Amino acid sequence: MEHLILPLVIFFPSIGALLLLLVPERQADTIRGVSLIVSFVTMLLSFAVYYWFDPVASGMQFELNQLWIASVGINFHLGIDGISLLLIVLTTILTVLCILSSWRSVTKGVKGFHISMLVLATGMIGVFCALDLFLFYIFWEVMLIPMYFIIGIWGGPRKIYAAIKFVLFTMIGSLLMLVALIYIYFEFHSLTGEYSFDLLQIMSMQVPYQAQLWLFAAFALAFAIKVPLFPFHTWLPDAHVEAPTAGSVILAGVLLKMGTYGFIRICMPLFPEATIAYLPYICILSIIAIIYGALVSMVQKDIKSLVAFSSVSHMGFVMLGLFALNQNGVEGSVMQMINHGVSTGALFLLVGMIYERRHTRMIADFGGLAKVMPAFSVFFMIVTLSSIGLPLTNGFVGEFLILLGAFKANVVYGIVAASGVILAACYMLWMYQRVVFGKVTNAQNEKLSDLSPREKLILVPIVVLIFWIGIYPKPFFERIEPAVKDVLTKINGARLSSADDGQDAAQMFIDESKEISTVVIDEGVTADE
Amino acid sequence: MTEYAYIIALLPALSFVLIVFFLRFKEFLAAGFSIAMIVIGWILSIVVLAETLGRGGEAYEGFFHITSFASLNFEFGILVDPLTAMMLIVVTTVASCVQIYSIGYMKGDPRFSRFFAYLSLFCFSMLGLVLANNFFMIFIFWELVGLTSYLLIGFWFEKKVAADAGKKAFITTRIGDLGFIIGLLMIATYTGTFNYGEVFSRVAGGAIPAGALTVALVFLFGGAIGKSAQFPLHVWLPDAMEGPTPVSALIHAATMVVAGVYLVARAMPIFSGSAEASLVVATIGIITSLLAASIGLVQNDIKRVLAYSTVSQLGYMIMALGLYGHDTALGHHSPGYYAGTFHLMTHAFFKGLLFLGAGSVIHAVHTNDIQEMGGLAPKMKTTALTFMIASLSIAGIFPFAGFWSKDEIVAAASYHPVFLVLTLAVAFMTAFYMWRLCFLTFFGKPRDQHRFDHAHESPRVMTWPLVFLAVLSVVAGWVGLPWLSQGFASFVFHGEAYHPHANWLLMAISTVVAVAGIGLAWLIYYKKKISADRLAERFRPIYTLLYNKYYFDELYDLIIVRPVLAFATFMWSFDNWVIDGLVNGIAKLTILWSDLKLWFDTWIVDGAVNGAGWIVQQGSALLRFVQAGAVQFYALFLLVAMVLLALVKFEVVMVTVDWPVLSVIMLAGIALLVLVSRTAHRAGPAEATADTGSVGVEKEE
Repeated sequence: MEHLILPLVIFFPSIGALLLLLVPERQADTIRGVSLIVSFVTMLLSFAVYYWFDPVASGMQFELNQLWIASVGINFHLGIDGISLLLIVLTTILTVLCILSSWRSVTKGVKGFHISMLVLATGMIGVFCALDLFLFYIFWEVMLIPMYFIIGIWGGPRKIYAAIKFVLFTMIGSLLMLVALIYIYFEFHSLTGEYSFDLLQIMSMQVPYQAQLWLFAAFALAFAIKVPLFPFHTWLPDAHVEAPTAGSVILAGVLLKMGTYGFIRICMPLFPEATIAYLPYICILSIIAIIYGALVSMVQKDIKSLVAFSSVSHMGFVMLGLFALNQNGVEGSVMQMINHGVSTGALFLLVGMIYERRHTRMIADFGGLAKVMPAFSVFFMIVTLSSIGLPLTNGFVGEFLILLGAFKANVVYGIVAASGVILAACYMLWMYQRVVFGKVTNAQNEKLSDLSPREKLILVPIVVLIFWIGIYPKPFFERIEPAVKDVLTKINGARLSSADDGQDAAQMFIDESKEISTVVIDEGVTADE
Repeated sequence: MTEYAYIIALLPALSFVLIVFFLRFKEFLAAGFSIAMIVIGWILSIVVLAETLGRGGEAYEGFFHITSFASLNFEFGILVDPLTAMMLIVVTTVASCVQIYSIGYMKGDPRFSRFFAYLSLFCFSMLGLVLANNFFMIFIFWELVGLTSYLLIGFWFEKKVAADAGKKAFITTRIGDLGFIIGLLMIATYTGTFNYGEVFSRVAGGAIPAGALTVALVFLFGGAIGKSAQFPLHVWLPDAMEGPTPVSALIHAATMVVAGVYLVARAMPIFSGSAEASLVVATIGIITSLLAASIGLVQNDIKRVLAYSTVSQLGYMIMALGLYGHDTALGHHSPGYYAGTFHLMTHAFFKGLLFLGAGSVIHAVHTNDIQEMGGLAPKMKTTALTFMIASLSIAGIFPFAGFWSKDEIVAAASYHPVFLVLTLAVAFMTAFYMWRLCFLTFFGKPRDQHRFDHAHESPRVMTWPLVFLAVLSVVAGWVGLPWLSQGFASFVFHGEAYHPHANWLLMAISTVVAVAGIGLAWLIYYKKKISADRLAERFRPIYTLLYNKYYFDELYDLIIVRPVLAFATFMWSFDNWVIDGLVNGIAKLTILWSDLKLWFDTWIVDGAVNGAGWIVQQGSALLRFVQAGAVQFYALFLLVAMVLLALVKFEVVMVTVDWPVLSVIMLAGIALLVLVSRTAHRAGPAEATADTGSVGVEKEE
């Protein structure tokens, strides 16, 4: 059972989608019900994976390696480490919440919508499990199509523009990725005489430096678009704003993580020297993203686009943590991927809830909601605080570690990035105040109903996660740690060798090998084990 | 008990959880439980204090939970030393009084239970802050007190000013916290630990280069500047007065705002390692003190006067600690540390009392404006009396608590002439504005008869805490009498215990200054010998400047808020027009390019193919006429050709035959043929026959 659990988690939603084909379109509630049950079972399956996952072991677990297209060396190779594990669980949880949240808001094309959602889930989980680059690419593209439909069919007024923009951007990236993939494939052949797309095998290959620079650039562009890193972010506000609530949640919660996941799964271990060479540029772009996203958020009039731009800022943090290239930074940033999925996903859900009631998302149309929707206001407050990284919420854990990592890597990066925390407080609290506090000035807001039990049911798990990660994140970090260590070992090897070559770029990072120990910080733990 | 001191912090946490989940609609139980928890905490704090005294002030450090993740070792723990023990007493005492008082003050509020929940959450955070044994924990609780402060300032969130003030407080203090976290991370990166003791010993061992230490400390002090409302981040505290008055008393006078002072005191071992950083601390302290006291002179809102007074007094404490750090770094003795912490304690009591008293007054007259009060003393005896006790205490009149602590601050400043003069100036202003407040509120004729008529003494649940704090405002200072061999100074100290001695000269000077301040207030506002209005008129520019609080809010709005917003708006349009524009532009260009290709395809590619066909078709159509099947024509052509060839052959016509010429001739020939045959064709078959006939005739000739 255990070695088949991954394909089961991946394809269970698709089986559900096939099942949905058999249900007549007019039985909307049956469709919703089936979809909910399927996604719920998928979630339980992912919990089983979490349960069986050995937190101590390093390397891939639940590996499954089957020949698929033998003639060209493509394998059906699945396997997960701690990083993928958490992202898979996040994906399945968010899928359930999304389907719940669409219960009332999606009324036309219910069947198509739910089939799209389930196929999307297969694509997303697949990406996180694939250990064969070809397979990875296939799942990557599988994700794209249902998302295109979700935005393009169930979206807002500018849905066509947004959907096409989203697809074109992603396609540009994936095209470059495909080219790079094929190059690696032949490179591997010329080195070993074998044809293979297998990630683990390729990882053991030493790609020449010049080739690394090109390949890294190609992959990085594909991933940077997904993250999205400044200046490739412009598809994001449109897609997020126009997508239906479920689409926005999945986009922000999971699809953006594909980018950062790609960096840590493919770019960094495959091209360690190139990672170091590109590091300053990526760090600077990340910092620009942090500040830029926050500033632009501040002047948004639409809550949803405010949240969308805040994603740019938050994902900048994640990228900065990744490229701090130390244990604190990278672990913090993996954690922050989850946190962002939870918090920003929740923000989109909340925005969706008031949108369903008022059919507007303009901040100016609200005010005084605390009076009419007290439960909503409390949930909104908790999520807002989590988004600005207040201690005891999940946001703080990730942000703090990222800042710590950034400080160790480069104090200036650390200081500039830290100022993003203030800006986050500014735009979130200002928005919160304008929406929730004050008197009810708009007569249309006076009769709003507070959250329904279904809506509370959606938000409660999120609040639980917010505080769980905020107060006791150890179980999560335990599972991330070996995976991150593997990646960093690879990078550090490259760093040392490039330091031998006398490259200055790597020199500054050598200093941070200084260990921070006992009481709260201990890099020593890493070294000791 | 000391090992279990964390229970003191957990009790309010328990009441918070309980109120939120179970007692939301049981107001009486909520308040009762919250108060019970904090009072038990107060009793336990006394036990802890006694035990700490019993240990001779030795510090106790306990680790209660050790975990590690993300390659960090988290060893949470508590540190109970005299400073902590003192802070525990201060926090639980004021919190108990304030919570009891709140039963009366918040009566009838629709969110009564929530108020107590927030207060409990605050107490938990504040006590956690005090008990923390490392910089990481203190930061966490530091942020949490900030959160509760935000929630409580904006408690009446229907009022826009209140919601604005909450946001302003949160963001302003967060700017300071940015400094805090930068300093914290710098220290942690250099020393590899967050634990107080280890940081201190490693810094003493030279883990941080001197320059970096100064920078890190100044950043760290940023946290204190934000939280303790020091210049230039002092602007949030007066606005925070929009919160319910008990909140102002607890959070914005007695406890949370002294967190900054506590932080500096706690980190004194490293501050005293950098004379420069300490001097920055002291300078910020005295600037703040002077600034705030001068603003307090002319304000009319009773709570705002007290708020500026708080800012000013906090500046005092910060200055004392800074001077101590500076002097110690240079190897001198100084009473500054003891003075700062001692004043922190006495101030918490008398300022808490002042706020609660002000709350009692506001409760009675429903206004904050002292110009609408007056003559309230007979109607509110307890309030007036306790308020005046606190005012005497803060003014520094013998033998009230404030006298002893302020005296030590003056003593600490006495080694630095500039600081001494400014400190005395602040003391004078303090005495003046406090008694201006007293005279305007409680004495003279009522200036608003209607309000006066409805005024009444507050219920006992509100006056008892006043009395209790009034007692403390007198006696709390006695633990620091300079004649005690085992007084406050030999309990809370850094490095070696400081032995205070009674400096009669300084005592005399500061008393004279304080009495002069009170006297002037008496002359102006009680005796009316000097007209306040005329004074204001005389010094109009200064008065306007002070009345408008040096225009700090306006200035910040002008140089920070607006530029940031303008920049953000600019960025937004940049995103819209440049980045998005670029993408859309590329899309448009692509479409244009596609259109071009469509045109090219239609007209050039298709055109070439169709054109070739067309030419062939047209050509054939023309040539068709040449072969119309009339034999006479063929014969004629043959003849013409033969004649021509003959002419050329026999050189009658001199022609060099080469390809161009030949082709021209051929083409001309073909054209001729076409022309002729076409004409013939047009003429119609009959004529054509006739023509051919005639031609035939010619031919025959």
